[in-house]
Amino acid sequence: MYKILSKEKLTPVIDCLKVEAPAIAKKARAGQFVIIRIDEVGERVPLTLADWDAAAGTITLVAMEIGASTCKLGGLKTGDSILNLVGPLGLPSEIEKFGTVVCVGGGVGIAPVHPIARSLRQAGNKVISIIGARNRDLLFWEDKMRLVSDELIVTTDDGSYARKGLVTEPLKEILEREKVARVVAIGPAIMMKFCSLTTKPFNVPTVVSLNSIMVDGTGMCGCCRLSVGGQTKFSCVDGPEFDGHQVDWDIVFDRQKVYLKEEKEALDRWKECQCQKS
Amino acid sequence: MEEKPKAKINLNRVAMPHQDPKARARNYSEVALGYTDAMALEEASRCIQCPKRPCVGGCPVNVDIPEFIKAVRDNDMVEAVRVLKSKNALPAVCGRVCPQETQCEQVCTLAKKQAPIAIGRLERYVADWDLGHQDQRSPTVLPPPTGKKVAVIGSGPAGLTCAADLAKFGHKVTVYEALHTAGGVLMYGIPEFRLPKKIVQAEVDYVKSLGVDVQLDSVMGKLATVDELLESGYDAIFLGTGAGLPMFLDIPGENLNGVYSANEYLTRTNLMKAYLFPEYDTPIKIGKRVAVIGGGNVAMDSARCALRLGADVVYIVYRRSRTEMPARHEEVENAEEEGIVFKMLTNPKQILGDDKGWVKAMECYEMELGEPDASGRRRPIVKQGSEFTMDVDVVVIALGTTPNPLIASTTKGLETTRRGTVVADEQTGKTVKDRVWAGGDVVTGAATVISAMGAGKRAAASIDAFLKGA
Repeated sequence: MYKILSKEKLTPVIDCLKVEAPAIAKKARAGQFVIIRIDEVGERVPLTLADWDAAAGTITLVAMEIGASTCKLGGLKTGDSILNLVGPLGLPSEIEKFGTVVCVGGGVGIAPVHPIARSLRQAGNKVISIIGARNRDLLFWEDKMRLVSDELIVTTDDGSYARKGLVTEPLKEILEREKVARVVAIGPAIMMKFCSLTTKPFNVPTVVSLNSIMVDGTGMCGCCRLSVGGQTKFSCVDGPEFDGHQVDWDIVFDRQKVYLKEEKEALDRWKECQCQKS
Repeated sequence: MEEKPKAKINLNRVAMPHQDPKARARNYSEVALGYTDAMALEEASRCIQCPKRPCVGGCPVNVDIPEFIKAVRDNDMVEAVRVLKSKNALPAVCGRVCPQETQCEQVCTLAKKQAPIAIGRLERYVADWDLGHQDQRSPTVLPPPTGKKVAVIGSGPAGLTCAADLAKFGHKVTVYEALHTAGGVLMYGIPEFRLPKKIVQAEVDYVKSLGVDVQLDSVMGKLATVDELLESGYDAIFLGTGAGLPMFLDIPGENLNGVYSANEYLTRTNLMKAYLFPEYDTPIKIGKRVAVIGGGNVAMDSARCALRLGADVVYIVYRRSRTEMPARHEEVENAEEEGIVFKMLTNPKQILGDDKGWVKAMECYEMELGEPDASGRRRPIVKQGSEFTMDVDVVVIALGTTPNPLIASTTKGLETTRRGTVVADEQTGKTVKDRVWAGGDVVTGAATVISAMGAGKRAAASIDAFLKGA
């Protein structure tokens, strides 16, 4: 059992949990993920680390309430526990002094981008960050991102806050404006695809983090497989970060939809249970 | 003086009762029901207690088979359990999944008369009696603690056996398991209807009762490396991490939705209980027409799971013929009885998808058999121009597995082969790295539960000798 030491809502649908996990906190590095199983009937859900504190023995998870499992997670309170927590999994981000790096975080993807931006800055890079969300209510950690960035650009799709538009627009402007050594983009798959398409003509290496559907997270099942540069890769052990220019995005989109029907069924069931409880 | 009449040898092997094939094809209850007391007594009485005891040598963990069978015949079940468990920490598992027909039963003296003693069935009978009579269990007497600490990585058959034996030698053992449940392949791989999970859990609990500490959710290589474990105070380490990496076919269409590795298909079904979705949160795609590619036990398990999940038709697609199939004869027979359709001498060319990225069909070649290859089996050859298409909506690839590189890639000084297996001495399990042993599938590549247990047992003896000498 892994105790939730604090839980807050970053937005009405995005939860931030600080969980007691000293062994994982000691080993965690930017870009890695954990798998949680909330309770005895729970599924195994991969979540990229949003933060960790080796001294305090805690890790921070950020999740958006999209399906039954993330809603269940959102229903937990400070003092509750998560039944299983395993990690740190996957390969850490490549952190070295590249020069100028642009870190793009879309929606809930802002959370995993944060420690990567921080590590890149600590390694001596100039970090320009772009964070974006559909609207003001889905945006969070602007302050935290500002602290780890030399420059921060904030966008909302609908213009309800800061600059109106998609993250790819300021990304293109920066690429036209100055020499960029590397781009890290984490967010919805469609955003990562278009960030990769944006950087391609500029020939700037672009790293994306693919949070595929997983079961074990250790290379055992192959559920998270994708095609990168024509080769089958497992997101859990070969990733989660890959060269965005080499990823076959159609397979990523298709494989994300495998359980759409079942996910809806589970969510409806969850909502029904909640109604009966209240 | 009257000559004693020679006892007539009974050649009527007592059959195992099974659930009716039609009924069981749609439920997850155990297929083989187990002997009744009368059946066990009758079968045990057939054993002629021959002095040569070839069966003991046929068993990878050298169970004193004639002794436990004699105890069954004498109706001394406590003694039967004692004899069995003194060599085998997981008898209820072995009684169900061991290939006895190629081990103890193959060399039974009565095998010459085509009527070997049903040792596996009797083993299961004794083990199940034990699980049902825990109050009568004689407590295992453990020696005084040696003060030595051993870490066992992996809680499958090799790890559990090694841990149990080390605990019985008086060492302090911690088992690290990556998943949220101990048991390894016994939990995630072998289906409920062949090996009920409560049986596995009971065996794990028995190992724990010996003082073994089991740490779940611990992916070694990530959470701590082997060297870090050694530095943290373990005197020795046993690697029993199995062969968990699935092999794919490398044909077009393999990443389509609805294509599973057998590992994923079985893990979702068994470990995550997807057959109880939505009561359990993990889903699985219920195929109406399922093709399972491969001819081993894992292929049979996958096919039979597909049927129970609700498929209308399930094919086993295998590139050689029935004779070359590596699956246990009994499992092939069970699958056939349940209505699995065998497409022999058939090999997939590509998997075809619809416009939404889902499997809709599989194009296959017909095959024929040529000269024997390195494995001694006749090599399958493509019949040119023989392509045909099967309509399927789920494809499960059960071609075998290779060891997970997580430990090998994070451990300095460990030798591995081209196939990714860890090099270890066959007799002792000792690797080339100081204080590190390995055994089971991680050394041999995918093999059987009992051979992994044998390796765990031999490694435990070697580790014990090392620790007591040190």
